[in-house]
Amino acid sequence: MTVGAPTIDPDETRTIFQRGAPGRRAFVCPPSEVPALAPAEVLPERLLRQAPPRLPEVSEPEIVRHYVGLSKRNFDLDSGFYPLGSCTMKHNPRLHERVAALSGHARLHPLQDPERAQGALELMWRLERALSELAGLAHVSLQPSAGSQGELAGVLLTRAYHEDRGQQRRKVLIPDTAHGTNPATVAMAGLVTVTVQTNADGGVDLDDLRAKVDDDVACLMLTNPNTLGLFDPNIVAIASIVHEAGAILYYDGANLNAVMGISRPGDMGFDIVHFNLHKTFTQPHGGGGPGSGPIAVSDRIEPYLMVPRIVRYDDGHFELSEQAPRSIGRLRGFQGNFGCFVRAYAYICSLGAAGLKDVSEVAVLNANYLLARLSEQGVAEYLPRAYGQLCMHELVLSGAPMRRELAVKTLDLAKRLLDHGFHPPTVYFPLLVEEALMIEPTETETKETLDAFADAVAAILAEAASDPEILRQAPHTTPVRRLDEATAVRSPVLRERLADAPREPAHAG
Amino acid sequence: MAPASYPQDLLYHPEHDWARIEGDEATLGITWYAQDVLGEVVFFDLPSVGTVVSQGEAYAEVESVKAVSDVIAPLSGEIVAVNDALAAGPQAINEDPYGDGWLVKIRLADPSGRESLLDSESYAAGLTSTTGQA
Amino acid sequence: MSRYTAATDDDRQAMLDAIGVGSVEELFARQVPDQVRLRGELALPDGLSEQEVYGHLRELAQRNVSTEQEISFLGAGMYDHYVPAIVDMLCERSEFLTPYTPYQPEVSQGSLQVMFEYQTAICELTALPVANASVYEGPSAVASAAYLAKLHNGRPRFVVSAGLHPHSLQTLRTYARGFDAEIVEVPLIADGADAGSAEAPDGGRTDVERWREAIDENTCAAIFAQPNFYGVVEDAAALAEAAKQPARGAPANGAGAAPPVVIAQVDPITLGILRPPGDCGVDVAVGEGQALGGRLDFGGPSFGLFAAREEFLRRMPGRIAGETRDVDGRRGFVLTLQTREQHIRRERATSNICTAQALNALAGTVYLSWLGRHGLVELGELLMARTEYARRALEAIDGVRTLYSAPVVRELALQIDGDIPALRRACADRGVNPGADIQALTGRAADNGGLLVAITEQRTRADIDRLVAVIGSAIAQQRASAAAGPDAGAPREAVPA
Repeated sequence: MTVGAPTIDPDETRTIFQRGAPGRRAFVCPPSEVPALAPAEVLPERLLRQAPPRLPEVSEPEIVRHYVGLSKRNFDLDSGFYPLGSCTMKHNPRLHERVAALSGHARLHPLQDPERAQGALELMWRLERALSELAGLAHVSLQPSAGSQGELAGVLLTRAYHEDRGQQRRKVLIPDTAHGTNPATVAMAGLVTVTVQTNADGGVDLDDLRAKVDDDVACLMLTNPNTLGLFDPNIVAIASIVHEAGAILYYDGANLNAVMGISRPGDMGFDIVHFNLHKTFTQPHGGGGPGSGPIAVSDRIEPYLMVPRIVRYDDGHFELSEQAPRSIGRLRGFQGNFGCFVRAYAYICSLGAAGLKDVSEVAVLNANYLLARLSEQGVAEYLPRAYGQLCMHELVLSGAPMRRELAVKTLDLAKRLLDHGFHPPTVYFPLLVEEALMIEPTETETKETLDAFADAVAAILAEAASDPEILRQAPHTTPVRRLDEATAVRSPVLRERLADAPREPAHAG
Repeated sequence: MAPASYPQDLLYHPEHDWARIEGDEATLGITWYAQDVLGEVVFFDLPSVGTVVSQGEAYAEVESVKAVSDVIAPLSGEIVAVNDALAAGPQAINEDPYGDGWLVKIRLADPSGRESLLDSESYAAGLTSTTGQA
Repeated sequence: MSRYTAATDDDRQAMLDAIGVGSVEELFARQVPDQVRLRGELALPDGLSEQEVYGHLRELAQRNVSTEQEISFLGAGMYDHYVPAIVDMLCERSEFLTPYTPYQPEVSQGSLQVMFEYQTAICELTALPVANASVYEGPSAVASAAYLAKLHNGRPRFVVSAGLHPHSLQTLRTYARGFDAEIVEVPLIADGADAGSAEAPDGGRTDVERWREAIDENTCAAIFAQPNFYGVVEDAAALAEAAKQPARGAPANGAGAAPPVVIAQVDPITLGILRPPGDCGVDVAVGEGQALGGRLDFGGPSFGLFAAREEFLRRMPGRIAGETRDVDGRRGFVLTLQTREQHIRRERATSNICTAQALNALAGTVYLSWLGRHGLVELGELLMARTEYARRALEAIDGVRTLYSAPVVRELALQIDGDIPALRRACADRGVNPGADIQALTGRAADNGGLLVAITEQRTRADIDRLVAVIGSAIAQQRASAAAGPDAGAPREAVPA
């Protein structure tokens, strides 16, 4: 650990655009084998690029060294504990990468004749059936590209459902604990968010819900368990209040990892569910994507589902169908993130019914064990749990006493955890918990890892009492230390300054 | 950053905004407390001169790295000047919230609006009663 | 214990003791109301061993015909380009594959710098000054750009070229329901109706005069594709200029009303050849990134590129990486301008999107570095030469003509005198996938008999010659069958259950 002046190696942060030399290259163009044709013979000059794009001029070994070097400046799930609340950072089995890379999957063109893509369509159909069973809802569309797009699908479906009944319902109820995607989605779908308060137990405030439900409400979007890691004990009452008003119940499946085989959204009364395949069904997160956000819906929502849909005939033959006159249409190109479907399907095949239930059981066991360890003396005084006695798959603590008594913020604790080799939890969310830490250990972590994490938190708090400055200056052992984010916003530098004079648009409108 | 202060010569809106009334015009800004909660201000989306603002309603946004806050008009009126210097130097809101960090000047629409505002002491008292919650 | 959990019976007991509950069941019983508990087990098969799962998925994969198993001329949005080995090798590294979004920049400099490099590359390709770290994929990127325009000027109408990819148009229609906006389609110039400048014929390009007439003070955005869905190179500068100038003789574009936002969906592989959108007056350029080192994956995941003029920076969706310094003065990168995003601005966010397509964008960045400054141009020239070769050879077949005569880069729309599904089957039986059925995608009556043929560097001259041979014999066969009688060679119909 170096706390003193660092040795700054300018080479470390040089971008690929600052490497190489004119004339250097990795690509060798195959011979054209056909009569030569200069673009200018076919296209007038005003349609042609005037100078080659200033892409890097580098050799293949330079590219490999550069990106391998960059990779070493990342923390990753394969290297250590990554308890990001709400993100479900569980182990990524390498089998999934192997089966996704089979040429019959990876090199299958999306417009291949369905006759010649029967294996892919069958895989998608089987995944749909499995997700349907997990949701307790009969119909599934795999199309949405991510949870956020699944949400948009859900709200647009809700709109279509009401409009088909001649109703223009404008409001969507969202608890104040919700992910920011929920209200952002509502705005994109042209509706208005109405916030529902959280009660003293961390659940939906039923009085506030009753006060806000009326015949202008299109739906309630709910995460259950919610972002406090709590299963709403009033879910049956919530569903009945919403349904009585003629509104739809939307389930944000971000926290489905807590309830597989335990409880199903359809059985709770929800009409629409989105899944995050990249969370619950363990896709590698790739440093921020890709993901996949299929939705499951009830019978009354089904007519509006996106196209294309997979149709299975009695002889076991599959087709893609666009025949759905009341469909909201499509949300993206082709059939969705098939590469993610392969991985999720492999995961479901590996675990089966009992294994998926075991996932949720151990996820909840691990979270409660970690909650118990973090309730020990020396920790709980500074980081009390925000609500409740038990939790589901994740736990939320408040760093408010730590801030008050030790003058150390949740951010400082998070940064110090980096020096201990742990990725910090989600911090400052949910918004209604002051100095929040949101911890989701997942089922794939061992008891030893949970113990080591709890010990590290205790050690850091002890350190905070004696030498808080170490926390305030943390991290000390990472490739860079705290970064000036304010300057990054005030004077944005969003691309490399390239050697030639920057080009100006010829047609400044 | 300046130390905490709530000057006596200003009037305050409970949403952490201040007004300095001079004749039929008022200068508006956000309080020391507001900028402290926000953290380093990185962007102020300047409203246009001529915009009409209403007491108690948002007329602009101020942003830090990870938060956006509505700026509430403590009084009603029409914007007659905006602090253009904030476009290049929004940190003035942190460094001098009652001076160089002023946001807009308005021509007052309704002189009686001031009666619902707080003086320095009442505003500061309200702050201590709402801070320190777990 | 299932495959990926680690809690032994002893572990479970020790953990339950520490929690102070008697069983795992008690954890649920105390939290989940009885009325909503699942009775019994999930109706799913039992779990399988790793080798059984591999065997099952391999068997499914073998029932698909990949581009390794036939000579495929399919394109229409996704293309079978060669993916260099270093792309796979780098994307498989744990350090790029398994982290989350870089929320802790001190331990995410690798991913953040890749985003910064990616943004640099996209800005350079498009000649636009700002780019985000990518969005989901191509067609939804068009809809995201439309939302940017909606937030920018709030107007109720999108004017769209009929040359936009049908999936982009359909996606935009779905999203536009949420924006309460209408969509006006501007047709392409029909071949033969060609005024045709001396330098190049216009058939297949967006009709600039009708485009100009369709745009007024209620137009939120004007959207076209370059090249368009039919492979045709548009006069992008003319479209952008027309969108920004009121129609001659039409009422003035409102007193000083700002012009609509001009959005182009671009194919990045053509940007070594074609004048970049930023130089044509385009405000926002979006596109499907799969061609840049991405797998086909039966349609995804890939990435959507998104670049814009500076004035739209604060309306951009998605993640953006920026350069800064750490407390010791070291260069570093962070996610920046985050107040645009849903986790902060919630219902007033510029989009509901959370993540980028970081891993796919990494593949794109590595691919562009591998191609390099001259490689993208050379590749574009190769594609143009081979496509021109294919055009001449295909046009020489009796019963085949090009649907449009305006120049193309890497994809060619044919008009075939015959039944396209039957032709595709006949070709497939001889190991060639001749391309996409245009009418199946667009649903337009005028596209009946249309076949979209895509050329990549992986399709050799011999492959093209083979394509010409099998299309020629398939057409001859159809004609022979038609002459023989109406029932012969009728397409097989599947009978729904």
